Amino acid sequence: MEKRLIYVDNAATTPISKEVLDAMMPWLTEGYGNASSIYSKGREAGWALKNAREKIAAAFGASPSEIYFTSCGSESDNWAIKGAAAAMAKRGKKHIITSAFEHHAVLHSCEALEKQGFEVTYVPVHENGVVRVEDIEAAIRPDTGLVTIMYANNEIGTIQPIKEIGALCRERKIWFHTDAVQAVGHVPINVEEQNIDMLSLSGHKIHAQKGVGMLYIRRGISLPNLIDGGGQERGKRAGTENVAAIVGLAKAVEIATANIEERAAKTRILRDRLIDNILKIERTRLNGDREKRLPGNVNISIEGIEGESLLLSLDMYGICASSGSACTSGSLDPSHVLLAIGLKHEVAHGSLRISLSDENTEEDVDKILEVLPEIVSRLRSMSPLWEKIQKGDETGVPMMK
Amino acid sequence: MLYSEKVFDHFSNPRNVGEIEDANGVGEVGNARCGDIMKMYLKIEDGIIKDVKFKTFGCGAAIATSSMATEMIKGQKLEDALKLTNKAVVEALDGLPAVKIHCSVLAEQAVKSAISDYYTRLGIDPLPIVGPIGEVECAE
Repeated sequence: MEKRLIYVDNAATTPISKEVLDAMMPWLTEGYGNASSIYSKGREAGWALKNAREKIAAAFGASPSEIYFTSCGSESDNWAIKGAAAAMAKRGKKHIITSAFEHHAVLHSCEALEKQGFEVTYVPVHENGVVRVEDIEAAIRPDTGLVTIMYANNEIGTIQPIKEIGALCRERKIWFHTDAVQAVGHVPINVEEQNIDMLSLSGHKIHAQKGVGMLYIRRGISLPNLIDGGGQERGKRAGTENVAAIVGLAKAVEIATANIEERAAKTRILRDRLIDNILKIERTRLNGDREKRLPGNVNISIEGIEGESLLLSLDMYGICASSGSACTSGSLDPSHVLLAIGLKHEVAHGSLRISLSDENTEEDVDKILEVLPEIVSRLRSMSPLWEKIQKGDETGVPMMK
Repeated sequence: MLYSEKVFDHFSNPRNVGEIEDANGVGEVGNARCGDIMKMYLKIEDGIIKDVKFKTFGCGAAIATSSMATEMIKGQKLEDALKLTNKAVVEALDGLPAVKIHCSVLAEQAVKSAISDYYTRLGIDPLPIVGPIGEVECAE
């Protein structure tokens, strides 16, 4: 049987696009000069870097001097949060507000700060997976120095009220950071209009290479240096720049932020077809708000089966997807995101995430909708949990805690 | 998850899936909260496991270890089936990732739990024969 690969795990990573690779190639080959060197080979690299910085700044309504290149989204998150904590501590502030379903780069940074004596409030994300501005407002204290809320959730794709949270923070003179790793390229982002003080971005989620990211830091916010050394990134994050990766990132940002509405409308059609049809399978549930949702995100809990065996079964048909099951994360508990929106453990174990990109087609959706019900019924037929559910042994509100 | 070919084989083509209607030993271990439940059905005649079937809710390794365990005890004398260890199941599958070892423990316990049920039904205290069956913690 011919097996065509159907890649629908774009929230995990994306392939490098042809345009990005073409933009990078000269800097991986003859353009090897150090961007700090004075001679022409160095200057060429320096100009490429300057161009890249300007392009990225323009895409988000920032100024080039506010753009700092990093090695990944996690690095950007760590720098923003730990750096802001150190800076605000000098002004006597020690309280941070975040949400219960942030990426681990944010949550674990906050936990590390708690061990150092900072205090962190984790606002709830409610059943629809959306943070409420009033919850943040209620959590603000006189010593609150930082609010960090993700732009869009990586698992359930819910889009947060960033502009409103930003406005609140601005009014209260609290720094506002957002991890926008999942949002870039899918929703229009403008740091000015949306009152964002710091923003993290990752290259490999938008068809650039792995190992390159960016942190936007608004002028006037002074974070401690992340890496001491040479004068790179205005002395804040030293180390010889990865020119090829940064040029690739700029190209990727340029493509990702162009015609967002048009591209999102196309992806939404595929997404909605998947959601509507998968929900026809009995005892399934869409996780996360239906409307405030990334155009390519599908996250559905399927009762009575476990996520990893579902993924392995899909893989037999060449379909690459993801799950919030504990077994796929290598940890004790299923996804903290699914638990945060109130799912029971057993239901969280049986979740499926499909994340689409521009590359996905109607044929991909056809294939998924053809094989998924068969896989579910096969796994359910051998599941003692499904047997219990059907007999009604599992009582109460079935899927939620 | 780096699974062996054998694990994939037993996951994608599991042996002895299903139920035995007139089973005389049935055991269930694990729980839904942890993400795996194994249920094993035995048909025992003259001290020999004539037939065995299983149903499993769980990951690839949970399904593969159940399948392998049933294959290893089918046709065996009860006292030999009781000697089945999780280590033997792991070896028969050409190894398991460390985080999945608990699945093999669950498989061993499912067999023991079904045999215990068989003795209980006969009015025989299974504890001295089968020994205690501990609770498996959620995946480590």
